[in-house]
Amino acid sequence: MNEREYRKVYVDVYAVMRKDGTLLPRSFVWEDGEKYKIDRVLHITPAASLKVGGRGIRYTVMIGGKQRYMFREEDRWFVEAEIISIK
Amino acid sequence: MDRTILHCDMNNFYASVECFLDPKLKPFPIAVCGSAEERHGIVLAKNYKAKGCGVTTGEAIWEAKQKCPDLVVVPPHYEEYMKFAKAARKIYKEYTDQVEAFGMDECWLDVTGSVRLKGSGEKIANEIRERIKFELGITVSAGVSFNKVFSKLGSDMKKPDAVTCIPKEHFKEIVWDLPASEMIGVGRATERKLSYYGIRTIGDIANWPVDFFKHKLGKCGVDLWRFANGLDHSIVASVDTQVPVKSVGHGITTMQDLENSAEVWKVMLALCQDIGHKLYTYKKKATGIAIYIRDNKLSVKQWQCGIEFSTQSPSYIAREAFELFRQRYEWQNPIRSVTVRAINLVDMSYTDQFNIFCDSEALEKREKLERIVEDIRRRFGKDIICNGCLLDGLKIPLDCETKVIMPTGVPK
Repeated sequence: MNEREYRKVYVDVYAVMRKDGTLLPRSFVWEDGEKYKIDRVLHITPAASLKVGGRGIRYTVMIGGKQRYMFREEDRWFVEAEIISIK
Repeated sequence: MDRTILHCDMNNFYASVECFLDPKLKPFPIAVCGSAEERHGIVLAKNYKAKGCGVTTGEAIWEAKQKCPDLVVVPPHYEEYMKFAKAARKIYKEYTDQVEAFGMDECWLDVTGSVRLKGSGEKIANEIRERIKFELGITVSAGVSFNKVFSKLGSDMKKPDAVTCIPKEHFKEIVWDLPASEMIGVGRATERKLSYYGIRTIGDIANWPVDFFKHKLGKCGVDLWRFANGLDHSIVASVDTQVPVKSVGHGITTMQDLENSAEVWKVMLALCQDIGHKLYTYKKKATGIAIYIRDNKLSVKQWQCGIEFSTQSPSYIAREAFELFRQRYEWQNPIRSVTVRAINLVDMSYTDQFNIFCDSEALEKREKLERIVEDIRRRFGKDIICNGCLLDGLKIPLDCETKVIMPTGVPK
């Protein structure tokens, strides 16, 4: 049976600090070193991640045509990484 | 005009934060417990699964594990709890500037001024409840009423993640049938006293003559009667209210029992270092000291006395505290915990009446020395300098900073 689990992965983020003070992530580097471009930021809101246990400013972003969440937790960024465990 | 007061209570606060931060804990009964090695091994908080097994706050870990063998024990992370409490208060402050904390996880909010803008008290409470769940990942239960006592009562009525309204028109039907012990201000001792006279519900309190309470329980009894009748007019303090510092204390449960006076002296001296620092920070001087001693049979003794000169000096406070201890404690049992408090605080501008036999020069020298020690600590850290006798054989944990904010009192 396949069971969905998630883990918290902190990532390096390239971001732009705009003139008005908003911080927008442009790309991030995954654990394996691969860089992913963020095509669009759809929504920004304070929110908690119940999947991996963390809270901060949640950015809803489009990456490679898929919608994902990125969280700015104080001074760090994390994403919810899905892991598949086969039992 | 009737007020609209909310009381927000974060459910199973410590346990909820732990389960949120580590979602793997969620399916299990968990209890946040102090360190058994440091002899703080009691249940501080538990989740609903543990509660369902009968685990109660305050019991020893081994007792809890007997009731619930699968219990997962996790250590507390006070810094995380502080962050959550701060984040919750930030949300509350968006609705009113009258936010009064009651411990770390509870707050009263007077939203009377926001009702026209943001909707009824119930609507605001639901909005806050939803926001905290979404933004912080934990649940709150809220009570909405026209005074602080009933709003607190309301927040306890439905848990978790719920809002209970106690409107002025219907408070008698909702509140009066509840047991007296549900009301703030009725602890175990008062409950015992009241039930002795057949007063068991809040309605009983309300309908008994006020003189009876005045006679039996004094001023606090009259307050209870007022609370039960919905006559609590206490205001919700503003966010920037500074509660005046009335005493500064520090206490510790030692790693092993203290067997003799020399060991007690070391502990007192260590505790007084922090007291001195806090007095310095608050710009206050002590004119009295109080000590609180708990022996290994858990029996408690406390004494207090005035001191000759107002002071911030850790060594002077420690000496006076130790002298009081030496005179009073009879060593029936070894000691488990020691607390020293600096009391009757005065401002720095306070000047003492010196007596002519006192060596004021020596006092001045000592004060100067301690100011220098304080300065060294400020620059290089708290542990950079200490009394030689504290370097060895001190039976207290290394990091014994007090981090917990306790509730400060009931409405007046």
